[in-house]
Amino acid sequence: MIIYILCFILFLVGLYGVVSKRNLIKIIIGIAIMEYSINLFLIMIGYIEGGTAPIITKGFEHAKFVDPLPQAMILTSIVIGLATTALLLAVAIRLYQKYGTFDINKIKDLKG
Amino acid sequence: MNSLIPLFVIIPLGCAFIMAMLGRFIKNINKFITPIFMLSLVYLTFHFMLNSEGTLIYKVGGFEPVNGIPIAIYMVMDGLTKLILLVISLVGFLAIFYSLSYTKQYTSERKFYVLFSLMIAGMNGIVISGDIFNIFVFLEIAALSSYALVAFGVEKHQLEASFKYQVLGGIASLIILLTIALIYWNTGTLNIADISRQLTVNCSSQAGTNVFLKFISVLLIAGFGLKAAIFPFHSWLPDAHSSAPSPISAMLSGVLIKAIGVYVIIRLFFNMFPLSYELSMTITVLGTISMIIGGLLAIGQWDIKRMLAYSSISQIGYIILGLGIGMLVLATGGNKAVAALSITGGLFHLLNHSIFKGLLFLSAGAVEYRTGTRDMRKMGGLSEVLPITSRTSLIGSLAISGIPPFNGFFSKLIIIIAAIQAQYYVLAFLAVLVSVITIAYFMKLQKYTFYNNDGSKWKKKKIKEVPFSMAFSMIIMALLCILLSLLVIPDVREIFLKPAVDVLINAADYSTNILGI
Repeated sequence: MIIYILCFILFLVGLYGVVSKRNLIKIIIGIAIMEYSINLFLIMIGYIEGGTAPIITKGFEHAKFVDPLPQAMILTSIVIGLATTALLLAVAIRLYQKYGTFDINKIKDLKG
Repeated sequence: MNSLIPLFVIIPLGCAFIMAMLGRFIKNINKFITPIFMLSLVYLTFHFMLNSEGTLIYKVGGFEPVNGIPIAIYMVMDGLTKLILLVISLVGFLAIFYSLSYTKQYTSERKFYVLFSLMIAGMNGIVISGDIFNIFVFLEIAALSSYALVAFGVEKHQLEASFKYQVLGGIASLIILLTIALIYWNTGTLNIADISRQLTVNCSSQAGTNVFLKFISVLLIAGFGLKAAIFPFHSWLPDAHSSAPSPISAMLSGVLIKAIGVYVIIRLFFNMFPLSYELSMTITVLGTISMIIGGLLAIGQWDIKRMLAYSSISQIGYIILGLGIGMLVLATGGNKAVAALSITGGLFHLLNHSIFKGLLFLSAGAVEYRTGTRDMRKMGGLSEVLPITSRTSLIGSLAISGIPPFNGFFSKLIIIIAAIQAQYYVLAFLAVLVSVITIAYFMKLQKYTFYNNDGSKWKKKKIKEVPFSMAFSMIIMALLCILLSLLVIPDVREIFLKPAVDVLINAADYSTNILGI
């Protein structure tokens, strides 16, 4: 159980970074941490104590296998996370070119 | 017919790929391909709407269920799906036709069409998939391309709005992924129909699952509520929707927040979870609050697109209110006819809102295209120089404020009647009140933008009416605003709205239809 709680704390660390940091890059790192914590959570769901890789070979037809579906899901979610992070960083770089700063307190033209 | 279902994803995804490859070598190929494939999607949707009945299923890879447990990824086509697909393809076609002239101001036009096609692919994918993880994947495709499209002009404000949208949208996506992980942990399946069956079985046998159910429901409301911009999660919407290029604003406000927000909320809460009073109440209250807050905030705006964006929050509130009352009536075991009426109102308003909000954003874009400003205080008298834009915008404003011959009147009327019949008098009163507020801010918009002075300032600058493709889209949408009011006639409603309402009313049938048990 403790491992799930640690995983949830990792999620909260990421959320804290997003909410409280003022630097655009630190916000992006916060989002990345949240994402990894969820990937970790997914992989733990599929894990079985003492399980092996789910490949059926001769002599191992009835071995204890870990659940392969969450692993497939994580592969997808890592790829999606790559795209999200890349786009966030691209926008952050363009913002730096326009405003000359990464501080979100100075980037607030939109209000109301 | 079943094998045609994946085409809704394959066509836009394939076209996006082809355009990204060939657009570099053949000039203007994107401008030909995109409207043609959107038109083919409109045709496909009508084909499904008129020729098929009940629930159609396509199993990706052709894997048949083992011991009654579905193992393939399911694509499901039922009444609700068809309605949302109709909204996506219709507004999408008109918006892309409008963009043909509008995008001339950008330097890399062809990328606009590629991203637009990807967004369509994502939204179609969400709507037809019957698998909760697949919904997440397509949701990310639609959301990522919409982030990029919001920042498409690469001006200061667009980048800032896009960053805000990405951070909040990213958190929403992660919350949704967490929920999917929790659901998989508890039920061991990702298929919506199968999850629904497992939850019903578990609910009656274990006491602990109820807490679990509430937890994941709240997480789901937070995740998809952020995507749909309902009340406490609405702060990104006015920035993102007002900064985006106008055809994209029309798509985001008209279609995207419905396809990836409202549609998923109603699909999951009607068809996947067992209906419960507390959750229905939460959704209804959130809808009501966002209806009021959006309306009140819209009055004070001077930026024309920002006002329309706040108005979107308010109108999404109406849709959620209509559907929420239906949920409440069903959850408390009330009269099914009242629930059906209320849900009809909600879905009818969803259809109407996509048309008239699309029209209003396109008109606002036309004004911005010709005058170069979005500030209403610098406008005035534009009806003299932009007659077509002025008329279509007037029709859109009348429709959204609920003036009788137009479609908005009927959908709001149905929601209010349903609220009274369900004995939620306060909600009915608030719906009427917000309708009055809506009239107030649209009168402000019309007066300051199109009337108020004689327009000699604009005549001196030699401002002309917008190009053909922009005017065409706006005129078609204005005509649709009048035509859609025909949906109150029962015979017409039976074709377009009733199948969708039936899916939600007989919520438990969804899983039995798909699993075939």
